Amino acid sequence: MTDARRAVVIGAGHNGLIAAAYLARAGRAVTVVEAATHVGGAAVTREFAPRFRVSAVAHLVHLLDPVIVRELDLRRHGLAFARERLRTVALNPDGEALIDDGGTLTGAGVSGTDQANYKRFLAQMRRFAAVLGRQHGRVPPRLAWERWTDAWPAAALGLDIRRLGRDDMREFLRIVTMPIYDVVEEHFDHPLLKGMLSLDAVLGTRLGARSGNTVFSYLHRLSGAAFGPGGGAALPRGGVGSVTDALAAAARLSGIEIRLGSPVAAIVVSEGRATGVRLASGEVLAADTVVSSADPKSTLLSLLGARHLEAEFAQRVQHLRATGTAAKLHLALSALPRFRGVPVEELGERLVIAPSADCADEAFNPAKYRRYSEQPILEVTIPTVHDATLAPAGQHVLSAIVQYAPYDLEGGWDAAREPFRKLLLDQLERYAPGIGALVVGQELLTPADIERDYRIKGGHWHHAELTIDQALMLRPVPGAAQYATPVTGLYLCGAGCHPGGGVIGAAGRNAARVIVRNEP
Amino acid sequence: MRPSREHYREVVHYTPFHSRTARANVLNLWHRWRDHTVADAYFDVSLEYTALRNACAVFDLSPMTKHRITGPDALPFLNRLVTRDVAKIRPGRVGYCVWCDDRGQVIDDGTIFHLSENQYRLCSQERQLDWLSRSALGFDVTIREESEEVGALALQGPTSCSVLRALGLSGVEALTPFAMRSFPFAGGELLVSRTGFTGDLGYELWVAPNGAEALWDRLFEAGERYGLKPMGTHALEMSRIEAGYIQAGVDFLPADRAVRSDRTRSPFELDLGWLVDFAKPNFTGRRALLEEQRRGSRYRLVRLDVEGNKPAKDAYIYDPRRNVIGAVTSSMWSPMAKASIALASVQMPWGRPGEELWAEIYYQKELKWNRLNARCRVVKGAFYDPPRRRETPPPDF
Repeated sequence: MTDARRAVVIGAGHNGLIAAAYLARAGRAVTVVEAATHVGGAAVTREFAPRFRVSAVAHLVHLLDPVIVRELDLRRHGLAFARERLRTVALNPDGEALIDDGGTLTGAGVSGTDQANYKRFLAQMRRFAAVLGRQHGRVPPRLAWERWTDAWPAAALGLDIRRLGRDDMREFLRIVTMPIYDVVEEHFDHPLLKGMLSLDAVLGTRLGARSGNTVFSYLHRLSGAAFGPGGGAALPRGGVGSVTDALAAAARLSGIEIRLGSPVAAIVVSEGRATGVRLASGEVLAADTVVSSADPKSTLLSLLGARHLEAEFAQRVQHLRATGTAAKLHLALSALPRFRGVPVEELGERLVIAPSADCADEAFNPAKYRRYSEQPILEVTIPTVHDATLAPAGQHVLSAIVQYAPYDLEGGWDAAREPFRKLLLDQLERYAPGIGALVVGQELLTPADIERDYRIKGGHWHHAELTIDQALMLRPVPGAAQYATPVTGLYLCGAGCHPGGGVIGAAGRNAARVIVRNEP
Repeated sequence: MRPSREHYREVVHYTPFHSRTARANVLNLWHRWRDHTVADAYFDVSLEYTALRNACAVFDLSPMTKHRITGPDALPFLNRLVTRDVAKIRPGRVGYCVWCDDRGQVIDDGTIFHLSENQYRLCSQERQLDWLSRSALGFDVTIREESEEVGALALQGPTSCSVLRALGLSGVEALTPFAMRSFPFAGGELLVSRTGFTGDLGYELWVAPNGAEALWDRLFEAGERYGLKPMGTHALEMSRIEAGYIQAGVDFLPADRAVRSDRTRSPFELDLGWLVDFAKPNFTGRRALLEEQRRGSRYRLVRLDVEGNKPAKDAYIYDPRRNVIGAVTSSMWSPMAKASIALASVQMPWGRPGEELWAEIYYQKELKWNRLNARCRVVKGAFYDPPRRRETPPPDF
């Protein structure tokens, strides 16, 4: 091992661990340094109230790359799913909920036309999303081709789109930059259906239903097919942290050292080359390659420092749009709550609160002006319905992603936290009367908390807004979109890179491939 | 004093010497330089030029953009900004430099004055506050445009040192090229740097605006015996072409103004490779310039000695097989070199010293156009380079 080229990976989130595992398999001596005292990054299961545990940030898995699961043998390392192919239940403030079971709609008086249109629509969206999905495992194309081989990835992307056929290709190119609002208006009547699709398109983003690019973010959500046809979601047994626990086990088996409680203070640069990291303790770990799964701004502007970059590139990083608007609400419940219009057997599914496309857009309006939504939209899961490991027997955990809670809230979150939390409970109470009385413990994570606890600058789940201007060869910024940064020996491998956030893991795997190719 | 950021409220600006330059400008010929009105010529371009080369001449360069760069990161900031190693410019010294964008294309050239520890002044022809501010991300540095707070005169020519001594600046003769020193003057301070844009012995004098008129008056008092004349932009332009110096917007297009990517030039393509120090681990443009060094440059700036006496204004340059390979950017009949001279940008690999090229010159005689294919020879260095430019102390008069 002493002769092996040394790599230090910053961050033991899923992408960091995956990059580390693949690098170790390629013969590198790998050390992962993690600030927290446990692995997982933002894919972690955490106790938020005594004996109640929850997936602290991401709470479902849609996109986890099946190739990685297979290659790293994650199932053998403990990865298991409490439930796959979750249904979506669009809650109705006035009555029966609308249920989407993989494209089949029932309930809430949905019309036969909507049912048929949705099947056709979803099938087409899945074909489009599959084009994006095929890019996950590829290093994004370069815009300037230095060698003729650089043209291949771009040609492959073009070919994937072309292979959709004439009609699909036209439609794909027509809608891919459009607001989801306009597209759902073209196809559907039922407000709950339009609200549900709008929520799926804006979840985790700083976008409203009427914002451009929301069809793209919707397709991104559908671009994995490991847990049911495009967009299928799964609940890992033991929470999302079990994914990273399995990854850590697989990585350790490959001979990787994981140093917990070791925050990195700086990336060490010598003669223009990254030569290691300096920990907050002052200890310097020398390395031939430094790989950061931290977000691009933290990596390049804080840990590295703009002075080691050229001026325009540093500006591009500074201008990366990476301001989070998604908060997380965790409730410890003494009993299973009841939601109006939802059969009890559906309570373990994905419950969404977005009564219409207009609601999904109006909820966003205050966020534009640094205020939180008065009528937030939510994605709710009660994982304990399927997974008893997360709470004491008979008791439950509710985990909700809440839009919109802007990171840069006017006046700051300290004063707003309590009124916002109360507003959220009032909102839940409307859909689940009596839920307030069941609450025995709770936690609200605003983007400011996410920034602090998970060291993501701006508290954005995807590390950087996932829109076409920050996707593929533009992600995070031109000049670093193929995982290598302008600083020799420094690579990015996090969600800020292609293919983005959502516990995919492909960024870590792609980055490792680039490193092995660049530095044999 | 009027703060710099209010500049847009006035259409025409006047330099702090305007009351004096207006009186001296008997031709009443003016043009705009960075919104300031400055003299094209004062009384006769040829005589102004002759004064510069044979006695001395004063040029009002107050519109020059000046930035004060201070703070603990002033040196690292400047070193990331420009291509040369600023650490080698010691306090009390001035350094010529260029700065590039990330593509290694020149944005502007200028001079860095190392005033004292962590105190620098950057002078440039173009406004640069936007680029400097954007480049400051991550540096503990303060950048202030101080263009309106400093008046400046260039005093250039063989008798310039004698004039300064007559002005009472004893010890000024000890200044080596690119050195500077402060002298007490009229109750204030006068900063004298041995710098200029004429390729001759000369100095630049930097003074607070309220001392400007006194400086002009006393210079002309002291300079009377030494043939001192005011000099406008036309005469300065002649001297800078003879010196082989390039000018932004004339010999190269500032990269931040270019729309077409092949219209800009790298330092190598402007014969400024000597300003690029790859020993510095990082500066803006470094990666692109390293790549250019590996692959070869696209263009070369050449100095041409053109056969005949017709200035090769805007002429196409041809290779011996009559293919167009470039164009002239600056040209003139040089009274000192007694030759038609030109600066031109040609495609690589053309333009090696001594190479013979052709210029297609169009000129008019009494409204009739004539065309001429003139043989040109690529020469190295300045067209006019008197030893006094470097001598310390300079020759006394």
